Amino acid sequence: MSLDELYRQVILDHYRNPRRSGTLAAPDAHADGNNPLCGDEIALDLTLRDDRVTDIAITGRGCSISQASASMMAERIVGKTLAEIDGLTHQVKRLLDIEEGDPGLDPERPGAVLGDIESLAGVRRFPVRVKCADLAWTTLAEALASHSENR
Amino acid sequence: MTTDLSHLRADFPILEREVHGKPLVYLDSAATTQKPVQVLDAMDDYYRLHNANVHRGAYTLAEEATEIYEDARRRVARFINAAVPEEVIFTRGTTSAINTIAYGWGLHHLKPGDRIALTTMEHHANIVPWQLVARVTGAELAYLPLTDDFRVDVSAIDDVIDSRVKIVAFSGMSNVLGTIGPLAEAVAAARAVGAISVVDAAQLVPHHPIDVRAIGADFLAFSAHKMLGPTGIGALWGRRDRLEEMEPAEGGGEMIRDVQLHSSTWADLPHKFEAGTPPIAEAVGFGAAIDYLAAVGMDRVRDHERDITRHALDRLAEIPDLTVYGPDDTALRGGAVSFTLADIHPHDLATILDQAGVAVRAGHHCAKPLMRVLDVPATARASFYLYNVPSEVDVLVAALHEARRLFGVA
Repeated sequence: MSLDELYRQVILDHYRNPRRSGTLAAPDAHADGNNPLCGDEIALDLTLRDDRVTDIAITGRGCSISQASASMMAERIVGKTLAEIDGLTHQVKRLLDIEEGDPGLDPERPGAVLGDIESLAGVRRFPVRVKCADLAWTTLAEALASHSENR
Repeated sequence: MTTDLSHLRADFPILEREVHGKPLVYLDSAATTQKPVQVLDAMDDYYRLHNANVHRGAYTLAEEATEIYEDARRRVARFINAAVPEEVIFTRGTTSAINTIAYGWGLHHLKPGDRIALTTMEHHANIVPWQLVARVTGAELAYLPLTDDFRVDVSAIDDVIDSRVKIVAFSGMSNVLGTIGPLAEAVAAARAVGAISVVDAAQLVPHHPIDVRAIGADFLAFSAHKMLGPTGIGALWGRRDRLEEMEPAEGGGEMIRDVQLHSSTWADLPHKFEAGTPPIAEAVGFGAAIDYLAAVGMDRVRDHERDITRHALDRLAEIPDLTVYGPDDTALRGGAVSFTLADIHPHDLATILDQAGVAVRAGHHCAKPLMRVLDVPATARASFYLYNVPSEVDVLVAALHEARRLFGVA
């Protein structure tokens, strides 16, 4: 049943207990993202050192998919370089069917490549909800772009 | 006690379709209603047999099209008991009707310090046009608050509607709460301070018998597509003297008496407010929708809505952790029922319900100030019309139980 696939336990856990929730005292980059159509909101702070994300904090409100996706992203990107984050972003967009191509998961070992993020695969069967899952990633891209512009 | 209109369902082809393998349960009529074959056929016949531009050309088709278009106006006028058909202006819908008043009357009568009184349950269509003209004229907005039981707080009328108020604009029925607006009180208060009164009747006219002369307001706006008709057309009713003192909000063909290089004079009512080629086929559909509703009888439409809303409120009350936003007394409300369920976001609810074939609206319903009053980011909303049957409410309720299971709500 596809609804059970969409609302996996791990998604509901991130929705109810979002990781890295809050704001940073001295962020190097910030972005606000929202889906005007459905009202999902995300505000994202992050710090960087030598092209590596060292910390991130997110506040937001919206549906379980948008908020769980943000929580999973926050958990995943700390310690990664900008190049690694760029690669990860493309993998997630392929997972969600936003970009064409193989997301490069290991079918033998679920969760081995993208961790909890892989649980969002069910969203691709609900086209109107894909933008909910993507909101965190577009907001992250905006924060990183504004940071590189400011340097 | 139940008003059974289920025989009408056969007139609505779309109600036969399935969604995700389940029979469609369409509970979003507050957004737009489905259309009976009588409306579809009338519009089809118009294009197949009579299509021509109106009010110009002396040939047979043009005369037929003009007659058909003006006949639709007469039907709308009769439906709301307007004094004369010229008091009915065809617009693109409720939104453009309210903008026509804001720009045609407000822009030319408001001065700095004047006030426009609204309620906090308004749709954006009855907020933003007033903000736009307030910005130009220096007028200010003032709001009547709501009571804890989701009604407009009429005890605040004397405080809010004072001599500074020049326009009182309010919802006849809330698209979120279902609450019927304080028509008599607001109109009387407006009159007492010499203000004009405007009723946003987008939700009221489709669901309630309407007599504009009994209501006594100056203007009343509504849309065809929320009452079985097509999108793209609605009506602005205005008392003749008010329409006469208004300037056109749009200029162009059709609305002029004479055009010189540097000035023009306006056509008589109603054409003064209908610039450009009007939505003719849509007017035909609007007229057919009104014929349909009149044949059913608006008293029965209202009775049916009360019954199915009562059934919905009772069944929703059985679901743990479900909160309804709106009055419980069906005498005070219509069939738009907003709710939230535990910590399940309304968009998640809408997705889950859709899998059961149930179409509901989730979001802020173009009423963001009201969402802030209710202190919720969004609600889910089930809304009913004459083709809905009690068993559809039961499908909704079963799907809401499924949502509780999926989200592990204890």
